[in-house]
Amino acid sequence: MRVRIRFTKLGRVCFLSHRDVARVWERAVRKASLAVAYSEGFSPRPKVHFGLALSVGHTSEAEYLDIDLRERVELDGLAAVVSPCLPPGIDVTAVSEISPSETSLQAVVDEITWQFLVGTRPEVASEAVAALMSRASVPVTVSRKGTDQEVDLRPAIGRLDVEAVGAETARLTAVLATKPKSFRPDEVLDAIDLPPCDRRVHRVEQWIIDAEGGRRPVLAAPRAVIATDVEPELHVG
Amino acid sequence: MTSIWARLEPLLAKVQKPARYIGCEDGAIEPAWHPTSVSWLLTYPDTYEIGLPNQGLQILYDIINARDDAVAERTYAPWIDLEAEMRAAGVPLFSVDTHRSAQDFDIIGFNLSAELNYTNLVNLIDLAGVPVRAAARRPHHALIAVGGHCTYNPEPVADFVDFVVLGDGEEIVSEITEVVGEWKRSGRESRTDVLVALARIEGVYVPSLYDVHYDGQRIVSIEPNRPGVPERVEKRTIADLAAWPHPRRQLVPLTEVVHDRLNVEVFRGCTRGCRFCQAGMITRPVRERPADQVRTMVLDGLRRTGYDEVALTSLSSADFSGIESVVQDIIDDPTHCGQISVSLPSLRVDAFGVGIAAQIQKARRTGLTFAPEAGTWRMRQVINKLIREEDLYGAVDAAYSQGWRRMKLYFLTGLPTETDEDTRGIAELARNVVRIGKSHHKSPSVTVSIGGFVPKPHTPFQWFGQNTAVELQRKIDLLRDETRRERGIDLKWHDPAATLIEGLSSRGDRRLGDVIEEVWRRGGTFQEWSERFRLDVWEEALAKAGLDLEWYVYRHRTEDEVLPWSHISAGLHQDFLWQEWRDALAEVGLPDCRWTPCYDCGACTGYSIEHVVASAVPPAGGSQGTGQDLSVGVSVPVMLLDRRPDAVGPPQEAS
Repeated sequence: MRVRIRFTKLGRVCFLSHRDVARVWERAVRKASLAVAYSEGFSPRPKVHFGLALSVGHTSEAEYLDIDLRERVELDGLAAVVSPCLPPGIDVTAVSEISPSETSLQAVVDEITWQFLVGTRPEVASEAVAALMSRASVPVTVSRKGTDQEVDLRPAIGRLDVEAVGAETARLTAVLATKPKSFRPDEVLDAIDLPPCDRRVHRVEQWIIDAEGGRRPVLAAPRAVIATDVEPELHVG
Repeated sequence: MTSIWARLEPLLAKVQKPARYIGCEDGAIEPAWHPTSVSWLLTYPDTYEIGLPNQGLQILYDIINARDDAVAERTYAPWIDLEAEMRAAGVPLFSVDTHRSAQDFDIIGFNLSAELNYTNLVNLIDLAGVPVRAAARRPHHALIAVGGHCTYNPEPVADFVDFVVLGDGEEIVSEITEVVGEWKRSGRESRTDVLVALARIEGVYVPSLYDVHYDGQRIVSIEPNRPGVPERVEKRTIADLAAWPHPRRQLVPLTEVVHDRLNVEVFRGCTRGCRFCQAGMITRPVRERPADQVRTMVLDGLRRTGYDEVALTSLSSADFSGIESVVQDIIDDPTHCGQISVSLPSLRVDAFGVGIAAQIQKARRTGLTFAPEAGTWRMRQVINKLIREEDLYGAVDAAYSQGWRRMKLYFLTGLPTETDEDTRGIAELARNVVRIGKSHHKSPSVTVSIGGFVPKPHTPFQWFGQNTAVELQRKIDLLRDETRRERGIDLKWHDPAATLIEGLSSRGDRRLGDVIEEVWRRGGTFQEWSERFRLDVWEEALAKAGLDLEWYVYRHRTEDEVLPWSHISAGLHQDFLWQEWRDALAEVGLPDCRWTPCYDCGACTGYSIEHVVASAVPPAGGSQGTGQDLSVGVSVPVMLLDRRPDAVGPPQEAS
C-alpha cells in the first residue's frame, strides 16, 4: 500500500535541510509504528519517497512524501497518529492512498505557487514586477549540478502578483511552471529588480495539470489548515 | 521579551547549517522560569554536532529540569560564521531551547572533554557577556562552572572559571543548585560568599580559593588561602547506576550529529587498568546497570525516539555481564521487526567472539573498531592492555566471518619505552588483519588510525615526558613507509602539532591562562578542528607569556614533583600510580580487580564504595589477558602471565 502525505514546514524547522526532513520522517514512521516497507540488501532503508526539495530557510504548507507500507492502514486518523511524532511546524494536513504505479512526486508536479514577503515599499515592488513581466524574455544564469547555464526564466512565470502588507512590506504571489525547466524561488526573486531587502519564501501549493488543462493540488488540504499568514513578522534592516 | 529569536532568525539565513541553532529536538524541554529558579545554561564548547550527543550534559538537563526550583537549557559553540554575525549584530550567546540570552542564566556550566576546546570556553564566556577572567566578575554575572574529564587538571583554565565539579554529576548538581538558590534568594550580594559555600560541597573546587607558590618554573605548593576550604578536593562518585536511569528522554536532534542513535550507558568506570587511559583511572570503580534496566531503557528509548540504532555505551561494553543475552533480546524484540542495529563502542578484542559478532550483524552493519593500542606484546604489557595477537586475530576473523568488510584499528604511538620494533608491529598487525580478511572477502579494508600519545593526569603515565612532535612524525612516517604498498590498509594519523598542544593543556598549570587567553584573542577558536588549528599562534602566545613549551610537554617528572593537579583527587593513591609507573617500565601487567583480589588503588576504599557487577567472572571469549582459555562459568582465579604465551600466529594458519 502506497500512501501520499501532504505536510507543512513552518517556523523554526524551516532551517532543516531536505536530508534532515527525510531523517525526521524515517524516525516518525517508526515512532508511529507504521508497518513501513524496507528496501532489500546490505543496508535496508525504509521506503519513503520525497517530492521536490525546498531550500533551507523557506517555509511551506505544501510538502509531500510517499510511503510504502507492508500492511493496509486506515487512512482516517493517520494524520492524528503521525503528527505528534513530528517536530513542531511539521504537521500532516492530508493523506491519500495512491496506486504504486502513480507518477512519482518528483515528476508529477507541473506548477508551484510561491509567496515572497519582501521588505520593500509595495509601489516599488509593483513597478519592479511590472517591468519584469513586460519583458519578452528574461535570460538568467542558473547553476545545476555544478555547471552554469543561461536559460529564459520568463516562460516559467505564469503569474506574479503584488499586494501591500505594510508600508514597507509587500507580498508577491508567483505561479511558476516546473517544466521543462524548474526555477528556484531565489532565482526568480533575483530577476526582479528590487532594492536590497530581507525576503521570505513560502511554498503555498504544488499543482498537477491534467490533459484537459485542469489544475488541482497534488493533494488538497482542508482550507482551515492553510494559513496564509503563517509567516512571522519580517524584520526589515 | 525573553527570547532573542527575532534578532537571531535573520542571521540564520546567512550561515551554514542553521539547523544547529533552532533546538526543537524531540525530548527538548521549554522549562517554566520563575524569578527564584536557579537557571543553568548547560554548554558544550564545540559545535552542536559534537556537543548535542554528550550524555553528561543530557543527564544534568534531565535532573535539573525535574526540580521545581531550577531550570536548565542548552547551548553549543556557534560556528565562526554565526559568531561573526552575532558579534556584528550585538546578539549574545543564546540557549537553543527557548533562545534566551546567556545573560539570563545564573550558572553557565561547561562540559570539558577535550583540552583543545579551552579557547572555545573563553570565547563562549565572552559571547555570554561575562568577563573572561573570574577575578573581574561582579555579583550579577553568571557563575562559570566546568565539569567533565578535563577537569581532573583544571589548572590551565583556573583563571576563567568560578568553580569546577569533579566526578559524577548526578547528585552534586542538586547540591550546587541549592547553594546557588540560597545565594540568589538572599540578594546575590557577594560572589566570594557563594564560592566559599560551594567549596564546602564535596567535589567542588574553587580555584580562586587556592594559591599556587612557585620556585622558578616549579610549583612548590598549592594551598587554600582561607580556612574551611579543603586542602585536597575529592571527586564525586555515585554508588549505584541503577538509581540514575538518565537521561530518561534522550534528545533526538533534527539535524545530523555524531553518535546519532540511542545511547544507553550500561556501566560506568573501568578497571581493566590500561595505564595510558585517563577515563579508566578517574571513573573507578565499575558500576553496572542491571541488565533488566538496560533492556527497559533500550526498548522504551527506541519506541520513543524512532531511532533504529542503539549503542550500549561504557568504556568497554563487551565486559558487561551478560552482554550477549542483552544484545540478543534487543535484536529479537518483536516490536522492531529485526531492524534494530546494536553498536558496542569500545569493544575489547579479547571479549569479542563469534557469538556477539553474529548477534550484532543481524540488522544493518556499521564498521567495527578495535583498539589494540600498541603493536607488540611487550608494548601492550607496558601499557597493561593485555590482549594477545591471537585475541585480535580471533576477533577480526569472527567479524569477517559474520560479514563485516570494514575494520578500524586504533593505535597509539609515542608510548613510554616504545621502540621502532613496537611501531613497526602496528603495521605487522594490520597486514595480518588484511590477510585474515582476504580469506573471507576479496578486498577487505582496514583503517589504521594512529594517535599520538598524550600523558594524562591521574594516570601512571602522568610522569612521562611526551614524545616530541618531530619524533611522533618520524614514527608516523615509519608506518607510512611500512604500509605504503599494502593494498587494503588505509593509514590515518593525528597531527603531531595538535598532540603537542593537547599535551601542553593536559599537564599545564595556572600560568597557561595567559597563553589560552592570548590564543583566543588572536582568533584561535575551534582548535580541535584541524583546519582551524594554528601551532604558530600557540608558540607566539607562549613566548609572550615567557613560558617554555618543551618544559611543560617533553620533560619527565620525578616522584617528588608537586604536580599542578596534586590538590585534586580521583581517589587514586599516589603510591599506587607510582608503582604502576614502575611496573610499566618493568613490563609487568596488573589484572582486572573486578574479578581478582583488590590491590587497593584507593578508588573503592577511599570512598567506601564497591564494584557493582552482576557476574563474578569475566565474560566468555578470548584470553582476557591471561593466556587461559576462558569460557562461561570459569572459576579459576584469573591470573596474568608474566610472559607472552608461546602460541603464535593467526588462527587461520593454525587450522
